[in-house]
Amino acid sequence: MLLAATGLVWLSAIGWIYLGTRSEVERVLDARLMESARMVSSLVASREVAPHLEAGPAADGSELPWKRLGAPDRQQLSCQIWTFDGVLVARSDSAPAGPLGEHRAGFTETVVDGKLWRVFAVENEQLGLRVLVGDQMSVRDGLVGDVIKGLVLPASLVMPLLAALIWLSVGRGLAPLDRVAASLRERSAADLSPLPEHAPAAEIRPLIRSLNGLFARVAGARERERNFTAYAAHELRTPLAGLKTQVQIALASDEEAVRRKALEQVVRAVDRTSRLVRQLLDTAETEARQPEPGGEVRLADAFAMLAADLQGARGTAVRVTVEPALVGAGLAMQPALFLLAARNLLENALAHSPDGGTVRCGLRLAGGQARITIEDEGRGMDEAELARATERFFRGRHRAGPGSGLGLSIAELALERGGASLRLANRREGGLRAEIRVPHHRLHAAPGQEHAAD
Amino acid sequence: MRVLVVEDDELLLNGLQVGLGLGGFTVDAVASCEEAEAALAAARFDALVLDLMLPDGSGLELLAGLRAGGSTLPVLLLTARDAVSERIAGLDAGADDYLGKPFDLDEVAARLRALVRRAAGQASAMLSWQDIRLDPARQAVSRGGEPVRLSRREFSILHALMERPGAILSRSRLEERLYGWQEDVESNAVEVHIHHLRNKLGSRVIETVRGIGYRLAGENR
Repeated sequence: MLLAATGLVWLSAIGWIYLGTRSEVERVLDARLMESARMVSSLVASREVAPHLEAGPAADGSELPWKRLGAPDRQQLSCQIWTFDGVLVARSDSAPAGPLGEHRAGFTETVVDGKLWRVFAVENEQLGLRVLVGDQMSVRDGLVGDVIKGLVLPASLVMPLLAALIWLSVGRGLAPLDRVAASLRERSAADLSPLPEHAPAAEIRPLIRSLNGLFARVAGARERERNFTAYAAHELRTPLAGLKTQVQIALASDEEAVRRKALEQVVRAVDRTSRLVRQLLDTAETEARQPEPGGEVRLADAFAMLAADLQGARGTAVRVTVEPALVGAGLAMQPALFLLAARNLLENALAHSPDGGTVRCGLRLAGGQARITIEDEGRGMDEAELARATERFFRGRHRAGPGSGLGLSIAELALERGGASLRLANRREGGLRAEIRVPHHRLHAAPGQEHAAD
Repeated sequence: MRVLVVEDDELLLNGLQVGLGLGGFTVDAVASCEEAEAALAAARFDALVLDLMLPDGSGLELLAGLRAGGSTLPVLLLTARDAVSERIAGLDAGADDYLGKPFDLDEVAARLRALVRRAAGQASAMLSWQDIRLDPARQAVSRGGEPVRLSRREFSILHALMERPGAILSRSRLEERLYGWQEDVESNAVEVHIHHLRNKLGSRVIETVRGIGYRLAGENR
C-alpha cells in the first residue's frame, strides 16, 4: 500500500518533470532559433558575411565565407539563406539540401528527408534574402529524454532500496502492535492478566495501559460475580439440607402428628429459602447497578409505605412511627436504592422488636450530615457483633425471625451505591439505632412543602 | 445411641433431631459452640454431628478444643462448602467423617452408626451375643433366627449392652442413652425396659449387678 503510494508519487513527479522540462527546452531552443536567425540576418546585412549572390549554391560548404564566423553548433542548428525568388544562397554543413520551409517569417514545423524540423524564418527586405534557422525535433526530444533518463535511472535504482527501507521500517514500527495482537489472540477467555507495560514502542503504551485498565475492571466484575455465586451456592445449601431432611421425615414417619409437623417445617423452609433467594438477587442487582444521577425520595411516604408492607408480615404487634421531622423532607438518592436499604433496616428492626414495641423512624441533623434513623426496642448487639453486623451472612446471637444474615449487608451496599453510609449503634435506652447518613445538602424540602427538618 | 447435633440453622437442626430420632437415635440439639460445650460437659454422647459455621465461632475450633482435651468422641462434620481444602482441614482437626449439605438423612444415620461401631472396635455392622443378633441399621433384633419385636427404648438398651459385651452399664448411663434433655425420665423406666427385654429374650440374658448396673450374662459364643 505504502509502496504503491510512493511509486505513484514518483511516477507523477516524473511525468510532471517531463512535461515541465519539455516546455522549458522548447522555449529555450525556440529563443535560440530566433536569436540565431536574427544574428545571421544582421551579419548578412552588415556584409560581414557575403553570400555569393550571383553564384549558385556552393558545392563545398567549407568554402563559404560565413563558415569562418563559426556557425552555431552544427549538431543542433542548421541554417539556410534563400533569395526571395527561391535560390539557395548559402547553407550550413548540417543543413539539408532541400528548403527548410516555405513560409515568410516566424516559426513552422516541416518534414525534410523524413525528419521533423522546427524552423524560424527572418526576411531581410534590403537584400531580398530570407534566413531560415532550424533544428531537428529529434534532437529536442533527445534532450528531454536525457533529462528524464537522468531522473528515471537513479529512481529505478533507488526505488527497490526505498521499498526495502519502507518495508523494514513499517514492519519494525508495527512489530510491537503485532506482538500485542498476537498475545491477545492466543489468550483464553479466562486470562485477564495485564499485558506487560514496558513495551519498546512508546506509541502503544497508552493503548496497553487502557487495555490493562479494561482487563482489571472486567476481572473485578468477574471476581465479584464468582464470589457471589459461591456465596449463593453455599448459603442455599443449608436451607436445602433442612428442606430435604424435613421431607424425608414426612416420608419416613407413620405418625400423623410428626408428618404434619414436618410438612409445616417444609413450608417454612420454602418461605425462608425464597426470601434468601430474593435477597441474593437484590445483592447482585445492587452490586451491578451503575450510579445514576437524579432521583428523589419523599422520606415520610417511603417509610409509611414500607411499614405498611412489612407489618403485613409481622402482624400489628409492633408499631412503626414516622416522626414529624421526616414529613415533607426529600432526599436526593435513587429511590430504588433508598427503598432497598430502608426496607432491610426496617425489617431488621421489626424482627428484633419485642411484641408491643415501637420502631421509630426519625431525622436528625448533625455534623453537616442528615441522619435518618431507625430505632428499635430490641436487645441491640454487643460490640463484636456490631463490628461484624454488615458482613454478609453474619448472624448475631439473638436471632429472630427468618434472618439470613444478608439484610444489613444489603442495606449497607445499597446506601454505599447511593452515596450514603450506614452506622449501627446501641441506644442508651436499649435497642439498636440504624443511621442512614448523607451530606446535608442532599436533604431538602419536598416540592410544595416546608422544610420540616429545621 | 445418644448423639449431639450442633447446627445453627433452626429448620435443619429440628430436621436432624426428629429424623435421627426416627432412626433410633437419641438426639440432643444445640445451635452454638457455647451450648455444645455445655452439653458435652454435662452428658455422655456416642457421637457428635457438627456444623462448621456457627454464630459464635467455627465448628473446627470446637473440635480442636475437644481433641485437645483428649476426647475420642466420633465426630461427623456437616458443611455447606465443597472445597477439598476445607474437608482436609476438618479431618485434620480431628473429625472422623464428613458430609456436604444437602445430605440424605439415612446417610447421616448410616455414617453415625459406622462411626460408633468403629469407635467401639467392632468390624461388623451386626452385633451378636450368643444367639441374639442386632441390626442397628434396621433396628431389628432376632433370637435363634426368629425376629423379636422390641420398642425403641428396649432396642436402645439392648444395643448399648451389646456394644460392649460384658461391660457393666449403670442405670444413669442407660438413662442418658435413652433420653434427651427435653424428655422427662420416669424414675423406674430403665427397670421397666429391662423387665420387658427379659420377657422377650429370656430371663437370663441380662444380669443385674447389684448396686452398679446391668450387663449381658454368660459368655459369648
